[in-house]
Amino acid sequence: MQIFDGFKQRFGQSAIGLAMAGKKNPWGAGNKGGDEASGEKPSGQSGDEPSGEKSEGPRNPWLPGGGSGDGAGGKGRRAPNIEDLFKNRGPEGPRRGGPGGPNFRLPQRPGGKSWAPILIVGVALIWIGLTSVHFVQPREQAVVTWFGGKYQDTLNPGTNWTYPWPVQQVTATDVSEIRSEDVPKKLILTGDQNLVDLGYLIRWNIKDLTLFEFQLADPEETVLEAAETAMRSSVAEKTLDAVISGEGRADIEQNVLTRMQGILDAYGSGINVQGIEIDKSDPPEQVIEAFNDVLAAQQNAEQEINQARRYAQQLLARAEGDAAAFNNIYEEYRLAPEVTRRRLYYETMEAVLANTDKTFIEADGVTPYLPLSEVQRRSQQAASQAQQGGQ
Amino acid sequence: MENVWQNYRLAIISVAIAAVAAAASLFVVPETKQAVIISAGNPTKIVNMYRPDEPYGQTGAGFYWRIPLYERVQMVERRVLDLDMDNQQVLTSDQQRLQVNAYARFRIIQPRIMVERAGDETRLISQLSPILTSVLRQELGRRTFASLLTAERGNAMTNIRDQLDRQAREYGAQIIDVRIKAADLPEGTPLQAAFTRMQSERQEEAATIRAQGRKNAQIIRAEADADAANTYAAAYGKDPQFYDFYRAMQSYRTTFINAEGESSMILSEDNEYFRQFRGQ
Repeated sequence: MQIFDGFKQRFGQSAIGLAMAGKKNPWGAGNKGGDEASGEKPSGQSGDEPSGEKSEGPRNPWLPGGGSGDGAGGKGRRAPNIEDLFKNRGPEGPRRGGPGGPNFRLPQRPGGKSWAPILIVGVALIWIGLTSVHFVQPREQAVVTWFGGKYQDTLNPGTNWTYPWPVQQVTATDVSEIRSEDVPKKLILTGDQNLVDLGYLIRWNIKDLTLFEFQLADPEETVLEAAETAMRSSVAEKTLDAVISGEGRADIEQNVLTRMQGILDAYGSGINVQGIEIDKSDPPEQVIEAFNDVLAAQQNAEQEINQARRYAQQLLARAEGDAAAFNNIYEEYRLAPEVTRRRLYYETMEAVLANTDKTFIEADGVTPYLPLSEVQRRSQQAASQAQQGGQ
Repeated sequence: MENVWQNYRLAIISVAIAAVAAAASLFVVPETKQAVIISAGNPTKIVNMYRPDEPYGQTGAGFYWRIPLYERVQMVERRVLDLDMDNQQVLTSDQQRLQVNAYARFRIIQPRIMVERAGDETRLISQLSPILTSVLRQELGRRTFASLLTAERGNAMTNIRDQLDRQAREYGAQIIDVRIKAADLPEGTPLQAAFTRMQSERQEEAATIRAQGRKNAQIIRAEADADAANTYAAAYGKDPQFYDFYRAMQSYRTTFINAEGESSMILSEDNEYFRQFRGQ
């Protein structure tokens, strides 16, 4: 640099000659001073840099660099320049990516070196706080295991402390909640080899949480299967009528409960069966008509009996009425038999004859000629007159 | 800050290597599993093997080490497992067909044998399932249809369990329980026949009920008739002659006055009614 500077100072005019020589270089920046032209050479030597950025970039930034002057010779100046390039570019590096990427992440938190430990400790404290306090709800219990492995303890409702998460792991489960499984209607064989369409409800909860968690691979499925087994064997002890009519229902429910609890206890399932409710027990759909017809037959029989009772009531009432009437008249008759008899006779004949056509034959020995046709005609006339009169 | 990397590079790298090594060689055995450690293809060690009287918390569950790459860990279920049998037709000793659906509950008690002979749980189940079917068929085939519906089935189930258990032990499993979930009539003719029988039974019942109703009605009517006759007899029996007269009078009124249609009468003078008329 000093050489060039000396040229510049002493032979200000002759710099053109040098510039002329500079024209020959591939950068073609002939109009600039020799300083600039020579400054470009190092960039050419750092061939592994992307040339796209370099073509413009290096020219100006390096000018002050050249100007400051390290005091080194032309050759000595070039080598440090490459290192400078890396060093100075360092902080701006991220947009380039490439080598040394991770180096550039750290300086992004430059608020003093103490920031990172504080952050780490803070996060750790929050983590410990969140994962080592457990508020177990009133109906829940929680199982604590070491690293998800060995069982440690069962937590009861309330505030509980454990080691933070990966060390002790806590699984809370609602143990008092009654779970119910609705088993849809299915055909079940009864003791008299009939079929009944039966649906029921199982209510259960967790008796022992550790057993429930660790003993059975699939507790829910086991509940259902135990219930079905128990239900079918209990129904098989009853006749169809007992199952359908409901008289045996309480019995069956009790049997199922006992059996089911027995099975589940034998597996050590930690499950408590609260109750079994048969909600539907009907004859199979295919034969329901016949069953309904039995009900209809019962209605019919009732109806027949009711009709007979009605008849009986009417008949008896009538008989009693008639008897009472006869008794009354008989009392009178007994007091005055002849008179009463006559009176009754005349009253009756009077009423009868007043209402009828009469033909009276008095002559003795005359063969009575009965003009039946005449009689009929007259009665027809009377009928037609009555009709006309009506019109 | 880049100094952290530069200053502690060694420490960071060694921690990372330690973490990877730990991840590769540490393993957790939960309470629900037994672990078989297989070194170069041979099951050598068993961790957390099932023992019936061990309370949870004092089992072998927890952290264990293995030599990475050389030792492999196979987890085997420690809980009670479910072996389901699909619907199977069984012919009973009285030649009735029955559709049976059963299940077994079992536990792997010899994980080493299980791993050696079966492989894993899924394969064990597929080995046991045909055994269950054949044992069940054999045992139920000796019994009558009716006895399968009753409590005597309990005996059959014990036999089935024992037989199945004997064979399951070969695979390191213990059968806890075998139960028939459902014993149904097969679809098609047997089921249809049962329906028809139920139907005819009900038809018979309906007809009986109707006949009974008619019978009862008849009895009620007859009793009423008898009662009425009794009442009549008690009253009229006091004086049959007067009854005859009285009833005749009533009858005349009913016949001639209240009856429908015109009545004509041809009367002879001999009639009692005209006694006074004749001046006698």
